[in-house]
Amino acid sequence: MNALLHGRLTGLLVLGAVIAILPAFLPNNFYLDIAILAGFNAMVCVGLNLLIGYAGQISLGHAGFFGIGAYASAVLVGTYGWPPVLALLAGAAAVGLLAFLVAKPILRLKGHYLAMATLGIGIIVSIVLRTESGLTGGPDGMMVEPFRIFGVELYGEKVWYWVVGVLLVGVVWLSLNLIDSPMGRALRAVHGSEVAAEVVGVDTARFKVLVFALSAVFASVAGSLFAHYAGLITPAKADFFKSIELVTMVVFGGMASTFGAVVGAVVLTLLPQALTVFQDYQQIVLGGILMATMVFMPKGLLPTLAALLPARRRA
Amino acid sequence: MKMLTGTDIAPDTSTQVRRVGRPILKVEHLSREFGGVLAIGDLSFTVAAGDIHSIIGPNGAGKTTLFNLVTGVYKPSGGRVLFDGADVSGMAPYKLAARGMSRTFQNLQIFFNMTALENVMVGRHLHLNTRLLPALFRFPSLVRKDREARDRAARLMADVGLSRYVDADAAAMPYGALKRLEIARALASEPKLLLLDEPAAGLNATESREIDEVIKTVAAGGITVILVEHDMKMVMGISHRITALNHGRKLAEGTPEEVATNPEVVAAYLGAAP
Amino acid sequence: MFAELLQYLLSGLTIGAIYALAGLGFSIIYNASHVINFAQGEFIMIGGMASATLTASGVPLPLAILIGCGGAMLVGVLVAKFAVERARNASTVTLIIITIGASIFLRGVAELVWGKDFKRLDAFSGETPIQILGASMQPQSLWVVGTAAVLIVAIGLFFSRTLTGKAILATSHNRLAAQLVGIDVKRVVLASFALSAALGAVGGAVVAPITFSYTEMGIMLGLKGFTAAVLGGLGHGPGAVAGGLIVGVAEALGAGYISSAYKDAVAFVIILAVLLFMPNGLFGKRGTERV
Repeated sequence: MNALLHGRLTGLLVLGAVIAILPAFLPNNFYLDIAILAGFNAMVCVGLNLLIGYAGQISLGHAGFFGIGAYASAVLVGTYGWPPVLALLAGAAAVGLLAFLVAKPILRLKGHYLAMATLGIGIIVSIVLRTESGLTGGPDGMMVEPFRIFGVELYGEKVWYWVVGVLLVGVVWLSLNLIDSPMGRALRAVHGSEVAAEVVGVDTARFKVLVFALSAVFASVAGSLFAHYAGLITPAKADFFKSIELVTMVVFGGMASTFGAVVGAVVLTLLPQALTVFQDYQQIVLGGILMATMVFMPKGLLPTLAALLPARRRA
Repeated sequence: MKMLTGTDIAPDTSTQVRRVGRPILKVEHLSREFGGVLAIGDLSFTVAAGDIHSIIGPNGAGKTTLFNLVTGVYKPSGGRVLFDGADVSGMAPYKLAARGMSRTFQNLQIFFNMTALENVMVGRHLHLNTRLLPALFRFPSLVRKDREARDRAARLMADVGLSRYVDADAAAMPYGALKRLEIARALASEPKLLLLDEPAAGLNATESREIDEVIKTVAAGGITVILVEHDMKMVMGISHRITALNHGRKLAEGTPEEVATNPEVVAAYLGAAP
Repeated sequence: MFAELLQYLLSGLTIGAIYALAGLGFSIIYNASHVINFAQGEFIMIGGMASATLTASGVPLPLAILIGCGGAMLVGVLVAKFAVERARNASTVTLIIITIGASIFLRGVAELVWGKDFKRLDAFSGETPIQILGASMQPQSLWVVGTAAVLIVAIGLFFSRTLTGKAILATSHNRLAAQLVGIDVKRVVLASFALSAALGAVGGAVVAPITFSYTEMGIMLGLKGFTAAVLGGLGHGPGAVAGGLIVGVAEALGAGYISSAYKDAVAFVIILAVLLFMPNGLFGKRGTERV
């Protein structure tokens, strides 16, 4: 577990191995589908964790960026016949630009004011998606063409499992790289003390904007691919609850831990599936688990488990 | 405690001839009010390059406010600050850092979410590649410079007597060590001017004397030091010049002897009406 | 022209009064504990559902409201005691997730107890519209605005005249100092949750005849209440009330003159615009960071 948290290479290898072995234990496409959904969520959460866990800024609106990416792919490919890769890149660029523009004024805000502003942006995006039915199909959503690249169509859970698995390893690798770089330290310094970061030359506003835009782009790319995989996209994927779900995954898994974000995304994607056995009690159990974990493990799942193991890491 | 080697902490420009006495910082008619209360009023003084220049005064005299104005944390209500000949009044702290000004804080501002070494490495920010793409894809040049920064940060920690904490989490370090960590972090940015806000506050006599030595060696390496400190023994012992403040205004200025014997300064400290 | 404008203003003030009550609830809890309670909307839902279902089974309206109010207060105290109080030193995000967990939990319980369908509550004094200068107004709107006004004045008196109210204010200014002069800050937090729950529940009961009650009615009302509180400046009671009325009126005007589909977006557009220029809301304190 300590290796998971601290060894770059070890952690990546463990993640890769788990992804490689897992299909052997998944009896059918239903389980593969859940694994793929967990993978998509994990990609978004790894990006969101850079913003929340490392840079210490809240966002309650990231599902909005996921949604813009998804709808960009759905509309550009379906309605305008763009190649999917181009649509994905266009969506990511648009989201990056939007995030960049709103980030500067918004990230001056602190704490609950920042929470409010990001929540507002997410809700506005989801209302636009719900309302502009001529373009988006309204509340019922719209069908999405399959993903085609170099004339090959990605089709079926088995193919998508490996696509998502490889991408997740890549996203985790990027995140680990970033954290362990001068920019990554600047981000963590912003979390630790903005004024102390400034007096040694860190342009805190610039780095906050950068990480906000970066995490938004991660969400957008995941959204685009998700839309192609699912074949159907609805505004619910961009709404307030989806945003909350994403933040919860990050905090549940353990803030400022890339693998924690992955674990949080996987556990909370599985949980509702597991809770279907509770039927009418599902929401009660879900709400109860959320409250209980946060009350008893405020640092999140992975760091709490790691702390239980004998620590020989440092003198 | 290991002595500073000088080479580790001196800026790269230290090979140039140091013209002692050249003004590096000029404060002109500076003032700042908070909700109608004057914290600093019409304050002017000059700091000569290479000096250890202390700012003294009773509690509430405006010393920390002055630091915040000079380093860009607060914007002045009036007057200006000249650093190295350029008007830098109200300039953002990170821009001042790029011009060669850094500081420590009276109330610790440590990155408690990082290790001690990483804290000092943040101090190398201006000298490293901080762009996004090289970081995401781990360009070899970035990794190499990062390793050098790590070594340099470790040396700086040794210089201020923190070798044993190199791998420690900042959150697990004692108060006295954190005070020095702030100095090491500020030095890592290779400042020309270093402002120390009560570096000895809360330290015992032995620790204070060690900080003494650190400050002297920093100054000997060519870095100008502005010091706010209540420990009068330290101030009188290491300062080249002293400016005394009271109620945000200048009370006296001169060598330690001149200031120590100034009747107004004595009265301000004893609480008698001047 | 004028009648139309007046019509929008009246309906805006009606819903704005509910936002004001919710916003005030957010502010009271924020003051006492620095927690944003995302379960605030659920207190409104409990008030609405309890009064609708109880009256349907023959309980007199005032008693039904009272029971709903008491139930919401109990729930508020339980949330404060078993979730918020235990996570005192947790980060802002963690606390947000705890209260969101509480709201999901409460909605789950509500669905179990009351079911998912819409519940109807008769208007308190009939449904004959009142004509004012060409605009017409439901009598229930008067009940909503009147009740909100009475509650807001009562809350104002509570904080300025009673010892408990002053203790809550003292705690919000300086928790440690309040503790030192003998204020039981834990009870202050519990009291603030109970008070906010009562405000929400009564609001839910009076608005139920207009909006119908259902288990998800609290979601948007709660978020708009949060918007109202932030708009006025977090922790600023009168600011939250003003914020609620502004949001309500703007929403009604936006729905009437621009697009009713974008009604729910109006509040969030306003809050973004305001925060852009006033990062601490309309009436919030501007603080200088001390280092």
